[in-house]
Amino acid sequence: MAAHRRIEVSKQGDVTVVNFVDKKILDEAGIQELGVELFNLVEHDNRKAILLNFSNVEFLSSAALGKLITLDRKAKAAKARMKMSNIRPEIFEVFQITKLNKVFDIRQNEAEAIAAF
Amino acid sequence: MQDHPPAAAWQKKIDLPSERGVTRLITDDLLEQLGAHGWPPSDIFAIHLAAEEALVNAIVHGNQLDPAKRVHVVCEISPERAWLEITDEGAGFDPATVPDCTLEDRLDVPSGRGVMLMRSFMTRIEYNAKGNRVVLEKLRDLAES
Repeated sequence: MAAHRRIEVSKQGDVTVVNFVDKKILDEAGIQELGVELFNLVEHDNRKAILLNFSNVEFLSSAALGKLITLDRKAKAAKARMKMSNIRPEIFEVFQITKLNKVFDIRQNEAEAIAAF
Repeated sequence: MQDHPPAAAWQKKIDLPSERGVTRLITDDLLEQLGAHGWPPSDIFAIHLAAEEALVNAIVHGNQLDPAKRVHVVCEISPERAWLEITDEGAGFDPATVPDCTLEDRLDVPSGRGVMLMRSFMTRIEYNAKGNRVVLEKLRDLAES
């Protein structure tokens, strides 16, 4: 398993739970690194059920959205399932404006998301 | 009727180098001043996001990370208005040519959401004719806060 600096990875049964280390996901270099670590989960570690828990995230830019979209595409290509949870209202509004709430499977909290896999 | 004279607006003018990661040189002050002028957290989030997107566009797309070029920023914050003007030294662009990222067949394209987010979160955004300067403005209804 690759080392992680931007995410914390744990297992809940068959589900890989990802928490974000940074409260603000906006620094370009950090976003690049985050992308590599997320993509590795699918492409290197072969995880098939991934939950992104956003409880620690207070801010993210459109560049970070780009990485989430790419991750979603990679997950679909690898026949992996991906869900998101614990998104605070301001960030959920960003997903709504960009209609990404239609692309991603977003659940209220971690328990609800895990039950839905 | 106001009990107190309006708080003085905070102003800042700064030229940024065209490097990734420099947006904090202005956004740190901006966030502090929005808080000091009584803006609520949801508006601070919105203005921060719009400013970040506009600054990254100017640095990366406008100036194309050219070390010889600068990004010129002017901002003014008062309790009722947040105003930023961001100018790059690039060739400019036509914002009307940015495709709608919410169209069904573009939903999974990883880029092109910055301008839409700026428009949604601010009261007004306006580009000059050349497309290398953007003005972002958010007005706050103090009667509602």
